Amino acid sequence: MQRQRPWLSILFWVLISFLTLFPIYWLFVISVKPAVDLFSTPDLILKSFYWDNYTEVLSDRTLRGYMMNSLIVSTGNAVLVTTLGFLACYALTRYDLGGKESIFFWMITNRMAPPAVFLLPLFLLMTQYYRIGDFTLLDTKIGLILVYCTLNLPFAIWTLRPTVEGIPKELDEAAYVDGASAWKVITEIVFPLARPGVAVTLILTWVFAWNEYLLAATLTNFNARTLTTGLSEYVTTTGTEWGIMATISVFTLIPALIVFSLVQRHIVTGLTFGAVKG
Amino acid sequence: MQSNKLGWFLLAPTLVVLFFFGVIPFFYVVWLAFHQWNPFAVNPEIVFNGAANFRQLVFDQGFLASLGVTIAFVFFAVTTELIIGYALAQAFMRDFPGKAFFRTIHTLPLIMAPIIVGSIWKLMTTPSIGIIPQFLDNWFGYDLNIGQSALAAFTVTVIMDVWHWTPLVTLTMIAALVSLPPDPFEQAQIDGANKRQIFWHITLPMIRPAILATVFIRLMDALRTVDEVLMLTGGGPGSATRYLGVHIFKEVFPKTNYGYGSAVSVIVLYLTIVVCWLLFVALIAPRNKKG
Repeated sequence: MQRQRPWLSILFWVLISFLTLFPIYWLFVISVKPAVDLFSTPDLILKSFYWDNYTEVLSDRTLRGYMMNSLIVSTGNAVLVTTLGFLACYALTRYDLGGKESIFFWMITNRMAPPAVFLLPLFLLMTQYYRIGDFTLLDTKIGLILVYCTLNLPFAIWTLRPTVEGIPKELDEAAYVDGASAWKVITEIVFPLARPGVAVTLILTWVFAWNEYLLAATLTNFNARTLTTGLSEYVTTTGTEWGIMATISVFTLIPALIVFSLVQRHIVTGLTFGAVKG
Repeated sequence: MQSNKLGWFLLAPTLVVLFFFGVIPFFYVVWLAFHQWNPFAVNPEIVFNGAANFRQLVFDQGFLASLGVTIAFVFFAVTTELIIGYALAQAFMRDFPGKAFFRTIHTLPLIMAPIIVGSIWKLMTTPSIGIIPQFLDNWFGYDLNIGQSALAAFTVTVIMDVWHWTPLVTLTMIAALVSLPPDPFEQAQIDGANKRQIFWHITLPMIRPAILATVFIRLMDALRTVDEVLMLTGGGPGSATRYLGVHIFKEVFPKTNYGYGSAVSVIVLYLTIVVCWLLFVALIAPRNKKG
């Protein structure tokens, strides 16, 4: 075997980590700089902090509204998707449904199509057909929550299925023998045991919904704008407010970074969608 | 076991949601692609016009340019990610202190929103405020202008994608390398094979399925790249970075020519499916042969 030289490896990875972290660090630097300093020769080290961008973003009613919308949509979608996915996985693993493997495969393929393809049909359907009286789904939070299901529901089913499958069927059967209802079995026996898997699914679907831009940008125009669409509104051809843009980016990034520390191990499985066992 | 009715009842909400937001939009867009419909034209009715939309599409310079740059982008991005990702995975196969820590940092970009990645790279590369053009100018006298140079804009989008997604390749490659049995490698060393021979004749054939699976995932993702490029270059300059998703978002969606827009969407979906299917065959066929 060749000799191991740990300090060389460490040096190499310090360099790689620098390449990974520097762009994120730089985003923060821009967000705490006054606009006049942006055009001078940059200092790599921060010497002073200028928090006006942060107070401006936080005091902006529109942006606060966008943040609220993002929170409601991601939380609503994560809860909905995890609940539906959990029930679907229970059905798929405990019942002998005809063609359930085909149904499973079909549900998963819903995620594979590029979202851009669905911009036009979703927009047209939501303006014309998906309506109750005067209420259309376009530009509503509930509309976004439902639309994100096509992205997140297949994912939730994919990640929850092994969890639910791993809970012994004998437990449910014993409860049924004791006269428990299906609802009671699901909520009081299967769900508590599946809790770790459910938590990971909930967190990752939450982040996916929080990070989404394309559909939010086209299916909302005023009432249900999310933080990511707010970010793009600050980029205009006539002049971008760089500091504000960086600050909104930081705000969008923070939840993802918190989540990252929680579910770091599961991210790969989530992103590769299980195609590679990692 | 309980009755299957209850099973269907539990599955029903999922099926209903996916039906309304997955199946119906799909058939609707396919149906529209064969019709002429522009609500603001002289004739605002929906009229069946056969394959006319697709005939128009074949000669649409904007679409063809977009298709061309998308292929180039996907090719360069995925190839670079694969090479760098494999090299980094090999570097992770050694033992050194702090390995888990470095791996965590390396994974960080994966959780970031694509649009934030776009905004970060925009802040770093925009001429006059970006740090990269400033240093390139100071040190090499090179003028990096992603607003004017098509090549610069294209290269920066590739680099951005590499920064964002190489960690995914690294992690899948690590998983593949860790699962390799040590025997063939020891045998090859005894037989006096050099590093290059070991790589080409032992490592590569053994991790081929993992490589194909990774390429599959990355290709699917790279084909749907929109947010970050939209943020960074807006598809410009000209059509240099107007990848298919960006093309739909910027050129097709805002116009009211819905029939034609549907045809573009359908073709993009069709191309994705074809690529997907080709890779699936390449991926599954060799596995089945073995088993």
